[in-house]
Amino acid sequence: MTQETSPPFIAMKGIVKRYAGVTALGGVDFTVAPGEAVCLAGENGSGKSTLIKILAGVEQPTEGEIRIDRALAGRLDPRVASNAGIMVIFQDFSLFPNLSVAENIAFASQLAAHRSFYARGEARRVAKAALERIGVDIPLGARLEDLPVAQKQLVAICRGLASDARLLILDEPTTALTEREVRRLLDIIRKLKEEGVAVIFVSHKLAEVLEVSEKVVVLRNGEKVAEGPAAEFDAASLTYHMTGREVAEAAPAPLAPGAETLLTVENLSKDGSFRNVSFTLAKGEILGITGLLGSGRTSLAKALFGLVASDAGRINVNGQDVPLGDPIAASEAHIGYVPEDRLTEGLFLTQSIVRNVSIGRLDAHEASGFLNRKSLIGEAADWLQKLKVKAPQIEAPVQSLSGGNQQRVALARWLARAPQVLILNGPSVGVDVGSKADIHDIIRELATSGIGVIVISDDLPELLVTCHRILVMRGGEIVDETAAADTSEDDLAHRLAS
Amino acid sequence: MKQLLTRNETLVALVIVAFCLVGTLSDPLFFTVTTLSDLLRASIVIGILAVGCVLVLISGGIDVSFTAIAVFAMYATTIFTLGVWPDMPWPLIFLISIGIGAALGAVNALFIAGFGLPTLIVTLATLSIFRGFLLTFVGSDRISALPPEMRNFSRLVIARGNTEAGNFYSLPWAFAALVLVIVLTWFILQKTMLGRSIYALGGSVESARRIGVNVRRTQVFVYVYVGALAGLAGIIHGAMGRMADPFSLVGLELSVIAAVVLGGARLIGGYGTITGTLLGVGLIVLVQNSLIVLGIPSSWQTATIGLLILLGTGIPAYQAKRAAARAG
Repeated sequence: MTQETSPPFIAMKGIVKRYAGVTALGGVDFTVAPGEAVCLAGENGSGKSTLIKILAGVEQPTEGEIRIDRALAGRLDPRVASNAGIMVIFQDFSLFPNLSVAENIAFASQLAAHRSFYARGEARRVAKAALERIGVDIPLGARLEDLPVAQKQLVAICRGLASDARLLILDEPTTALTEREVRRLLDIIRKLKEEGVAVIFVSHKLAEVLEVSEKVVVLRNGEKVAEGPAAEFDAASLTYHMTGREVAEAAPAPLAPGAETLLTVENLSKDGSFRNVSFTLAKGEILGITGLLGSGRTSLAKALFGLVASDAGRINVNGQDVPLGDPIAASEAHIGYVPEDRLTEGLFLTQSIVRNVSIGRLDAHEASGFLNRKSLIGEAADWLQKLKVKAPQIEAPVQSLSGGNQQRVALARWLARAPQVLILNGPSVGVDVGSKADIHDIIRELATSGIGVIVISDDLPELLVTCHRILVMRGGEIVDETAAADTSEDDLAHRLAS
Repeated sequence: MKQLLTRNETLVALVIVAFCLVGTLSDPLFFTVTTLSDLLRASIVIGILAVGCVLVLISGGIDVSFTAIAVFAMYATTIFTLGVWPDMPWPLIFLISIGIGAALGAVNALFIAGFGLPTLIVTLATLSIFRGFLLTFVGSDRISALPPEMRNFSRLVIARGNTEAGNFYSLPWAFAALVLVIVLTWFILQKTMLGRSIYALGGSVESARRIGVNVRRTQVFVYVYVGALAGLAGIIHGAMGRMADPFSLVGLELSVIAAVVLGGARLIGGYGTITGTLLGVGLIVLVQNSLIVLGIPSSWQTATIGLLILLGTGIPAYQAKRAAARAG
């Protein structure tokens, strides 16, 4: 490895950050060298976001020194950081949906050059060069809002490159990507590293980025608890350092033989999305459905709950046919659906936690036209407790919670409705490792209590530890079916892609 | 090609063409230079206001106070000119009105960029405040004895004459002001970093801030510029109408916003073009001036405009929704 010999690009020493008496960082040392990739791991609240904000110049450290190219940096504000080549690719990318790809890439660099006039031709040249540098082909004139997530991320990376990035900080870069897109991203990162660009990954899904990282730094409660060459870490040891406890997951209890069938899906089809999908789900069974992006898994999930109107087929719960394309009817048939994107589809972010849970139960607490607020809120609070939602107060807005706790709130809302079939689309997307294991526990418990659960995910280890049976989708059809016990991650990945 | 068909601009242009066809079929005199000059004349004031309005919508805000600014600037300038120097040359009169408009726009900017208040609430408030202040402290009498230079301005024409059929037509120089405003605003929006920053702001304020756009300065520019355009539109309105009427213009803001929205600007910000805005203005002016020709009572004007908005913005929105549903 080269990082021992080359001087660090960034060296942070004894960084302390306190917010109104709360210590977010308690004296952390951190270095990154040119061409080095560092994996910065930690759960929510570990201080990793604070560290990144200090690097980006958004927050000022209370104590400690920062050296850039060995020179002591004074006050690091966003402009100084960006002039030094520190570029943060935020999780939301911070792009402009209404502007073209070229303009999104070149805008920041033209702003930084203090131009008065917008040079369209040069913007296209700069954008083209940046795209070529990472070897991808995205139409320069396309509107950003029309691009899929993975391409938006590449545009964000190109924007950093166009501004002469020397350090790319990628915040949760793999959350919204499928396996194949992650591979491609990692190839690009490798290429940039060879050109001397340093990279910091801030990630929950760590196993994926370990292979391109030289070094791992783990933070917990504002302290650095582990640091070392990436080769010495694996998913299990990372999880241990991040959570401070062993998180071992066991497969679900085997399904009772002769469990009665709960849900029957027959020849469900939707033109352009999926074809002839048939399967059954038994009481207490956890069924995984997986597939690459575009395999139709998300459309199928939505169709089961009526959010996408199927063209043909039959959905039957407990012997009763459920009308297609009608979420209210699906809900009345005791089907529950927790969407993939909690932020836009699942929760009322600015409203209180308790309201988010109780919203699905308004009808049950109504007497002659009036709402019994007391019983409504009491019930919601019960569920929050059962699912161990860590919230300072139940009146706080849902957006103040961590990803894991938000997901529990979304779950609590459905559980309050006593569903018989629960569809979970990407149950642990954007959730940190500790919470993820807890959510998996909850899923297994739900199944034990007799609910039929469908887990839709492309997180293969997740499927292996939660499901009894796994269906593989490709090109809109179910092409494979296997018992979770009979397969492995590699085998499953092979079945997905072949 | 498919994208071209689903754009608002194309739809509005098609409706305009259809309108003209029906107009020509029902009245042979419809398709004449006279009608054209009438329409162009009628589009000057609403056009200048609409160009300002689209700028605000692109930046992600909304302004309903510009008509109040326009009438305030026009009336205050007239009173000032009559009291101080009745023979003031018209370019100076125009500059004063534009200056008053810009100053009132700066009041909006103070609350929006300075204190970060919501644009609709601020401009709803200033709409009432500017108007109330005008009628209470500046005056509420209609003035038909305008400064002579304002009358002289309204008599300056680019072209005038009689058609072969004997119909009179004229196109005033005031129309050049609209052209100037269009060219200048198009240049700012498309060719300057300031203009692109306005689009960026409408796309995402947070992202704009993160990459170093001076959000506050950009917003100040937007509201001051719109105020200045309103001042210009106001004084032209007074001069062309040969009367300074403090009760005029206010109420026109919804038609202007309608024209802008018809032209494809989105209320969420980030989207809107000068071309679309002009087409929207063209359609609104056509409806307001030509429904009579089609045998539709003029009381149906507003209803027609409403229907056009529903269709003009509804069809592309519905198509987008269908496309999204298909994609799953």
